[in-house]
Amino acid sequence: MKSIRIGCGAGYAGDRIEPAVELIEYGNLNYIAFECLAERTIAIAQQEKLKDPNKGYDLLLEARMRKILPLSYKKGVKVITNMGAANPSAAARLVKNLAAEIGLKGLKIAAVLGDNIYDKIQNYLELKVLETGTSLKDLKGDIVSANVYLGIEGIVKALEGGADVVITGRVADPALFLAPMVYEYGWDIEDYDLLGQGTLIGHLLECAAQVTGGYFAEPGYKDVPDLWKVGFPIAEVFENGDAVITKVEGSGGCVTPATCKEQLLYEIHDPARYITPDVVADFTDVVFEEIGVNRVKVTGGKGTNKPETLKASIGYRDCYIGEGEISYGGSGALNRAKLAGEIVKKRLELMQVPVEELRVDLIGVNSLYGDVIGEAVSDDGFQPIEVRLRVAGRTSRREDAVKIANEVETLYTNGPASGGGAAKSVKEIISIASVFIPREDVKLDVVFEEV
Amino acid sequence: MKLKEIAHSRTGDKGDISNISLIVYKQEHYEKIKEQVTAYKVKEWFKEIVKGEVERYEIPKIGALNFVMHKALGGGVTRSLAIDKHGKSLSSALLEMEIEI
Repeated sequence: MKSIRIGCGAGYAGDRIEPAVELIEYGNLNYIAFECLAERTIAIAQQEKLKDPNKGYDLLLEARMRKILPLSYKKGVKVITNMGAANPSAAARLVKNLAAEIGLKGLKIAAVLGDNIYDKIQNYLELKVLETGTSLKDLKGDIVSANVYLGIEGIVKALEGGADVVITGRVADPALFLAPMVYEYGWDIEDYDLLGQGTLIGHLLECAAQVTGGYFAEPGYKDVPDLWKVGFPIAEVFENGDAVITKVEGSGGCVTPATCKEQLLYEIHDPARYITPDVVADFTDVVFEEIGVNRVKVTGGKGTNKPETLKASIGYRDCYIGEGEISYGGSGALNRAKLAGEIVKKRLELMQVPVEELRVDLIGVNSLYGDVIGEAVSDDGFQPIEVRLRVAGRTSRREDAVKIANEVETLYTNGPASGGGAAKSVKEIISIASVFIPREDVKLDVVFEEV
Repeated sequence: MKLKEIAHSRTGDKGDISNISLIVYKQEHYEKIKEQVTAYKVKEWFKEIVKGEVERYEIPKIGALNFVMHKALGGGVTRSLAIDKHGKSLSSALLEMEIEI
C-alpha cells in the first residue's frame, strides 16, 4: 500500500532547527510541517504589522527557510507552516525573494489568507467570551487582533495549485498535517472517521519532539536515550488512515506507546470530543502498537461531524505586569526573604498603588554559594541556604507596574540584610479572548508566488 | 506508594484550563487509579492552585485518566503572575499523590 511520510519540523515558535534539517536530509519525507504559532503570538505579530505592513510574520521565518529551503527543494519535500502569523502574504514574498537569491528555479509558494477578521470585529462585539463569560465589548482594553482558526481547506487548495511551500496564518495545528493526507489520498471531507484519524496523527506530530521522547524523561522511571539530540517525528500514513509514528534512525529520543499516550492527551479536554474546524475527533478508541524499535502503529481515531462555528482568538491590551526579584542567603535566609516580601506589600499599600493582583514567591537551591558551602551551612536539612524573593503584580497603568518592580529593587538599601542580585521588569500584557463565529463568515483565499 | 511508581503524566494548557493526564505503566493498575484518583481527590490535592471545578475523563483502552481543571492557571497563560504560567510542573505534583495497591 502507498504511504506518505510527513515530518514535523517545529513544535513551537522557538524550536530547534537541526532536527528539521535532519528530517529533510534523512527522513525520506514527502512533507514537513512547522507549527510555530502559539495563541497569543499572532496578536503581537499584528502589532508588528501595524508598524510595518511588510512585517508581522514569524521572526525566525527567514533564518529557518535559509537552512531548509535548498535542502527541501533538492529532496522534493513540500513545506507547510503557519509562520505567516499575521502576514502570510509578506511571508510568501520573503520566501520567494529568498529562493531567487539562493537560485532555486520553479518553486511555487502559496499564502493562505482569510483567518484575519479584524475588520469585521464590530459584528462580533455582542458575542460571549469563552474565558470570561462576559461579552466581547466588555473587555476593558483595546482589541488589537482577531484571527479565526481555519481548517485544511486553504492548505489543500494551495497543494492542488502546485505549491511547494504553503504559508498560513492562524489554522488549527493538526490541519497542517491533515491537509496533505486529504490532498494525497483524496479523502472525502465528510468522512469524519478518516478525518478523526488524520487529526489524531496531526495531534501526535504537532508538538514535534513531544512524541519522540522530548518532555518525557524521568530518570529511573522513563529513561530516554540521547535526549540532547532528540529527533523530531515522522508519520508514515497509509490511504486507510493507519499510521506509524517513527523518527530518523540514529537520532536521539524514543517513540514508544508511552510517549504516544502522553502526547495523545496533551492539551485535550474531553477525549471523545476534540474539536477542530474540520472534525470533532474522538480519541477514546485509539490503540498504540509497538511494531518495531521506535515504530508505533496508531489506529482507532474516529470523528462525528464538524462544528457549525469556528473559534476566533481576539487579542486585546489587557494590563501591565511589574516584577522584581532579589536573593537572600545563609541561615535565616527564609526569614529575611519573608520580611522583604512583607515590606514590599506594605510599601505598595502605603503608596496607594492600585494593584489588581499580587503574587509573592520564594525560590531557590544553589545559585548564591554553590553546593559545598550550601551543604555546610544547611545543616538542619530543612532551612534553605538561599531564597530568592519574587514579587509580581498586575496593574492597569504602566507607571504602577514600574512602582512594583522598583519596590523590590529598593530593598537593596532599605530591606533586610545582604539582599543581592535584584532584577526587575515591566511588561505590557496582550491577552486572548476566544469567541465562536459562524463558519460562513470566513472567506478563504490562496495567493501564489513563483520563482 | 506514590502514583509515580505506577503511572506517568503530562500537563497541557488552554486558556485558564489545565489538563493533566494520568497513564498507568501496566494495565492491571488502571482500576486502582480509577477507584482512588477521583476528580474530588484531585481538586482537593490542587486546592491552593486550582480555583474551579475538576472533571475526569476515562480512556480505559490506553489505561489513562484525563483531569480537566478549570481556573487553574491564574487567569491563563497570557496574564498569569506565576513563574510557570503554563502550569507544566503540575503533572509532577499529581504523581506525588499516595495510592494503595
